[in-house]
Amino acid sequence: MKKSINILFSLVIAAGLVSCNNGNDRKSSKGQGGLSTNAAERVYVAPGELDEYYAFMSGGFSGQLSVYGLPSGRMLKVLPVFSQNPENGYGYTEETKPMLNTSYGFVPWDDSHHPDISQTNGELDGRWIFINGNNTPRIARIGLQNFKTEEIIEIPNSAGNHSSSFITENTEYVVAGTRFSVPIPQKDMPINEYKGNFKGSLTFISVDQETGRMGIKFQLIMPGFNYDLSHPGRDKSHGWFFFTTYNTEEAHSLLEVNASQNDKDFIAAINWKKIEEYVNNGGGKMVPANYAHNVMDEHTHSATSTMLKEVLTVNPMDVPGAVYFLPTPKSPHGCDVDPTGEYIIGNGKLSADLTVHSFTKMLDAIENKKFDGEAYGIPILNFEDILAGVVKQPGLGPLHTEFDEHGNAYTTFFISSEVVKWKVGTWEVLDRQPVFYSVGHGMIPGGNSRKPFGKYFVALNKITKDRYLPTGPELTQSAQLFDITGDKMELLLDFPTIGEPHYAAAIPAEMIAKNSRKIYKLAENKHPYASFTNADAKVVREGKDVHIYMNMIRSHFNPDNIEGVKVGDKVYFHITNLEQDFDVPHGFAVIGANNAEMLIMPGATETLVWEPKEVGVWPFYCTDFCSALHQEMQGYVRVSPADSDIELSWSLGED
Amino acid sequence: MKKAGIIMIIGSLLLLGLFKFPLWNIMLGAPQYPDPLGMNIYIQGIEGNEEFDIQNIDGLNHYIGMKTIPKAEEMWEFDVFPKVIGFMVVLGVIIGVLGFIGKVSYKWFLGWFVLMSVLGALGMYDFNLWLIDYGTDLDPKAIMAYTHPDGTPMTYKPPLIGYQKMLNFDVDSWPATGAYMIFVGMLLTVVAFFVGKKESKQVA
Repeated sequence: MKKSINILFSLVIAAGLVSCNNGNDRKSSKGQGGLSTNAAERVYVAPGELDEYYAFMSGGFSGQLSVYGLPSGRMLKVLPVFSQNPENGYGYTEETKPMLNTSYGFVPWDDSHHPDISQTNGELDGRWIFINGNNTPRIARIGLQNFKTEEIIEIPNSAGNHSSSFITENTEYVVAGTRFSVPIPQKDMPINEYKGNFKGSLTFISVDQETGRMGIKFQLIMPGFNYDLSHPGRDKSHGWFFFTTYNTEEAHSLLEVNASQNDKDFIAAINWKKIEEYVNNGGGKMVPANYAHNVMDEHTHSATSTMLKEVLTVNPMDVPGAVYFLPTPKSPHGCDVDPTGEYIIGNGKLSADLTVHSFTKMLDAIENKKFDGEAYGIPILNFEDILAGVVKQPGLGPLHTEFDEHGNAYTTFFISSEVVKWKVGTWEVLDRQPVFYSVGHGMIPGGNSRKPFGKYFVALNKITKDRYLPTGPELTQSAQLFDITGDKMELLLDFPTIGEPHYAAAIPAEMIAKNSRKIYKLAENKHPYASFTNADAKVVREGKDVHIYMNMIRSHFNPDNIEGVKVGDKVYFHITNLEQDFDVPHGFAVIGANNAEMLIMPGATETLVWEPKEVGVWPFYCTDFCSALHQEMQGYVRVSPADSDIELSWSLGED
Repeated sequence: MKKAGIIMIIGSLLLLGLFKFPLWNIMLGAPQYPDPLGMNIYIQGIEGNEEFDIQNIDGLNHYIGMKTIPKAEEMWEFDVFPKVIGFMVVLGVIIGVLGFIGKVSYKWFLGWFVLMSVLGALGMYDFNLWLIDYGTDLDPKAIMAYTHPDGTPMTYKPPLIGYQKMLNFDVDSWPATGAYMIFVGMLLTVVAFFVGKKESKQVA
């Protein structure tokens, strides 16, 4: 008996050892090098200290833009862009609702993909960041002084605004290409007549260098392929823009098979300077369109939405020498240009190799007409003549490539779930590191510019699985930070992200932190319903509309009691935050509001509509713990029956 | 007495710095104010160290019932002080010039210094009275009425000079550029006195 207990005991011990070993194996196979290195120190930003980089990561299907600090991976802000944000009232307040207006009416959501920071001479300048809405095609411009969406322009004749929003090297243009080709103009027609009838638009949006204001300069109407991603030429190739395509088969059904048949698809090389010149000389065709242009005014704190009714289109056939196709194997996804502007990388997502085109050879092939046929009249350059090199068998499913300043490239592989470092020019693979799991885009600060800051590489992963504590079937998304200063890439940190991070853009913190606004000056507030003193706080009835000109300062609303509102009224709370002190926002919420709260920054005015449905006395309060007397910051609205004859009155502090 | 006269003139002219630079500076730092709030006291009025500091100090002070920081037109001092300083500059320069051309004795330099010292002391006395009034004459309906451990009501007079902890605030009150210019200027008038004395003896 005793012996059998001993045997049992040793079995238990052995099982324990085995499971311990399993645990260890599992850990080491995940490349958690942090345990054996000083990785923790390298991402530790001590309390009170600040990160070295701002990273702007697309919010994906959240529609927003998230702001992270690197190397800590701490989230600094979710910056609302294309989706309503009840947390601060974006898209709910009267001032911000016009920002989400489109030709389809109010669209409260989008799928944001590719942020790109403005540049001057091919280097990041930190003025603005642009991002695309993929679903209802739009481009947004965010000012990096206020960290606020300042402008959104809708893109007509586009669908699945995916090869966007990439900028030229002096921010002359933000470029938006369509992923889905559609009938242009839209019309009722059989889907199986796709081939030859659907078109793809590539839109060049000019940017005013002073104000950042966007306007569509022209739309290039291309054959009905899927325009997947794009990047600008830079330095020597400045003036060109490159778009990957897939579905050059022009399939319209079961694309996963039918659009994967051609051995090669194309990278479309667009000489936009040539088209710009053509357009400036009166070229192109103005066609009817209907698209929204929404602009936030910093001084009225209010957005306006204007519907624009025409757009200038350009047929590539009308501008000889402006558009060429570069054959690129197997449905290329990412289209990346190295910092010198010489190499154009086609990440053929179904290919085992990476194809690199040479810009110099491309020009030579154009000059010497080394063509290999044409597609819809657009010359196809001969593959062999423009090929710079091939990175052989680097991994499976290449998606995107970023660059450092030392002539290295970093390509993400979705299928083999790794990032591979290779040498530009020799095409030799230098290092590979697994990522967890299935990386989409990668990002190096300034990696899409002439001047990358090659200290970190962020892998923006598509699959999370077991990287964090489980939270049911729906998980957060995940990013991973690598140190790329050495010969080998070193994994330093995992951190969760919002939505699905597609592309990201990062910039040294000192380039924008110093410009970050602390308050809005009341003296510059031109909101028509602003109220600046006790004397101009008032309540005005216009039929069923009741306008409350309210202000607030620690720690009261003025007025705080309002009577004379009736059931069926539409009550506008126009509230001005009189604070002129950094980080003293006040919030406002009223019981039963069918929208959201609003968070009002010092010096700003915002408006929330409230439609009281029941007789009673209803409270409102400050939602942001503003001061020691925050809990006292409240007020009441007396709501009387619709037929009541109680006059409007309001008060503050009377006994 | 040429050298002494020039020193006297330079010394008095340094007082003109008060029209450009603050006399005194009071800074208020707290955990929530990593960038301290501050006020610069000029002879013509009080200004915030940053654009909105005065408004923000007033906003905080209203909790403990302090009066708002006076505007220039609300205190006679901001009208009189510039005139007094202007007068003393003119007087000092005249004495210096007269000393330079030998019309007055070096003792006038010391006389100017004594007069300026008396006026300065009066100014400091007046400034302190204002600080006392500002820190102790509190609104009886103040939102927060703190008491000392012994039960007496807490008051909030900032230090005339030096550092003091007041509630959550670290208060620093120190002379500013203008004050240092006066100190140097007045010192120069004393130097002028001694140099003048030496020069007179050499002549004699």
